[in-house]
Amino acid sequence: MSFKTFKGGIHPGYFKSATEGKPTVPARPPSLVVIPMAQHIGAPCEPLVAAGDEVKMGQKIGDSKGFVSAPVHSSVSGKVVKIDSCNHPLGRPVQAVYIESDGQDTWHGDVQPRPDYEKLTAEEIKKIIREAGIVGMGGATFPTHVKLSPPPEKKIEYVLVNAAECEPYLTADHRAMLERPEDIVTGLRLVMKAVNAPRGFIGIEDNKPDAILAMTKAVAGDSSIVVATLHTKYPQGAEKQLIKVCTGREVPSGGLPMDVGCVVQNVGTCIAISDAVRFGKPLIERIVTITGSGIMEPKNMLVRVGTMITEVVEQCGGFRPNIRKLILGGPMMGLAQPGPDLPVIKGTSGILCLTDAEVELDEIRPCVKCAKCVDVCPVSIMPLFIGGSVEHGMYDKAEEFNAMDCIECGCCTYICPAKRPLVQWIRMAKGDIAARRRK
Amino acid sequence: MLIAIISLGGLGLLFGGILAFASQKFAVEVDPRVEMVQEALLGANCGACGYAGCSKFAEEVVAGNAPLGGCTPGGAKTAARIAEILGQVAPETEARLVAQLVCLGDCSVAKDKFIYHGVPDCKAAMMYSGGSKACRFGCLGLGTCARVCPFDAITMSEKGLPIIDADKCTGCAKCRNSCPKQVIDMINARTFHYVRCKSTDKGKQVREVCERGCIGCGICVKNCPQKAIRLENNLAIIDSFICNNCGKCVEVCPRDTIV
Repeated sequence: MSFKTFKGGIHPGYFKSATEGKPTVPARPPSLVVIPMAQHIGAPCEPLVAAGDEVKMGQKIGDSKGFVSAPVHSSVSGKVVKIDSCNHPLGRPVQAVYIESDGQDTWHGDVQPRPDYEKLTAEEIKKIIREAGIVGMGGATFPTHVKLSPPPEKKIEYVLVNAAECEPYLTADHRAMLERPEDIVTGLRLVMKAVNAPRGFIGIEDNKPDAILAMTKAVAGDSSIVVATLHTKYPQGAEKQLIKVCTGREVPSGGLPMDVGCVVQNVGTCIAISDAVRFGKPLIERIVTITGSGIMEPKNMLVRVGTMITEVVEQCGGFRPNIRKLILGGPMMGLAQPGPDLPVIKGTSGILCLTDAEVELDEIRPCVKCAKCVDVCPVSIMPLFIGGSVEHGMYDKAEEFNAMDCIECGCCTYICPAKRPLVQWIRMAKGDIAARRRK
Repeated sequence: MLIAIISLGGLGLLFGGILAFASQKFAVEVDPRVEMVQEALLGANCGACGYAGCSKFAEEVVAGNAPLGGCTPGGAKTAARIAEILGQVAPETEARLVAQLVCLGDCSVAKDKFIYHGVPDCKAAMMYSGGSKACRFGCLGLGTCARVCPFDAITMSEKGLPIIDADKCTGCAKCRNSCPKQVIDMINARTFHYVRCKSTDKGKQVREVCERGCIGCGICVKNCPQKAIRLENNLAIIDSFICNNCGKCVEVCPRDTIV
């Protein structure tokens, strides 16, 4: 196929060499896990256990009645110490269940393999995915079963596996493709079955030739699945851009991928779906890339959900003394943290430790109207005008400039020669506009 | 030359005549009192009255839809003037309110959890872990209040806290409404002493993050001769309408939180 590409985008330094060649190693089983009740977009869960309760690995410990929500499970077997608030990557403290491990890792009775998984119906697959607490593992943590339940009038034709991993530094998806390609394909087939889609795409950027090879091999000539080689450009892995490149369809403003007959799933999500359906395992662990020049030994690790970041960092030799910034996720869209005192959650794709040399704290200068941000914007909005409007408190003007279409990829802020925090302004505008629309 | 003067002068007279006629014929009826009321107002268009600017407020007052004392910045004086114009009795004068910053956590006494680098605005900083101050109640010091003040009554100190000039403050409450941490209170202008802290955390947590935060020890409550201070959720609160400025609480406060 021809490699069509999307408008805009940037070519940042990729810095993936530190970890792309390192096999995933399982992290030491944690002695204490802190499992937040909100690990997804949507209504937070209510704890189903109380302090003093014995829990098993894979036991459901939190659930919510809301449709846009996913249950959470214990990632160890042991005893619930307390239910208290904990720090969360999104910045606000949330309710969490603290579980002390007994070191046995005994699985809960509900975790049973399904040898005849191929006979499951679409509805059954969706139910298993919901019960396993699977959310989008690229970082957005949108509950997967919601994505797989489009309204009946919307026919899904394509399922896309987002294997672009366009964020610099991160290699978790890359390693997953090299180490578990068959599981990714199984996950993709299950999703295709769940939404009754005839065709699948696996989109991989051309800077990962070994992954393309591994995936092509795993697909093994199945004509319904195409391994698409994508141009290496950020944000190639943004949902709407991936759809545009693979299918040529454009998601309308304010719309969802299902409006153009597409469903996009991350590599990690596909593996989680495969594990949940075949082995009955809920989502309790994920691959995390711990990298950046601020860490002693960069690694790819298989980490249990709820493990404290401090503990993970310790297993990588600890921070270097000149660390300046800690980011959960990639450098472009990840969330900067005030400290390492918080747990790994389902959406934590990376722990990025940056030093003085990588963190530039420049003064914000006036806009010079060079329009570089307009050139690189993948959704064709004009960040300079939105930023300028918000700077002067004119949120209604920002709405006229289509601030709501922003995908917060950060290309504009990256490219801006005046070092203007455009994405932050746009996020302020989005918050204000959403609040006004709710009224 | 003569032709030019006559023709231009003629045109001028003609148009003048049309304009004079139009101004009589199509005159918009304006209640002269609206203009008088508008002159009595301060003209800052601050919006504290709830209407879109001073002229709208004037219209509504004359129409009887807005209260005579609706102009907060103008206070009793303006209310009396409006009452005079409208031939009504001036309303009972309420105590003048001024804005008071309720945080002493400048950069020398309060700790930061991280270095914030981004849009210099308190609302923007709030999006990231609730701002850089270690105290979750503390003033972020990025000057959103100073920028919204229509009367230039707020300036930012070098240590990163707003300074409110009580003489310039008209009590419009724009700063209070814009503050994402809600560390500005509107208090009785005659009160000098106030507990300058909003932290409802326990004493130990407050000590960890700030040298001058209220720890809820209650010494001020016991010593207040007027019984104007109460303790709610580990925080002392002075009722500015009962306080008589005796200053006893300032003397006894072990943390210098009351000033």
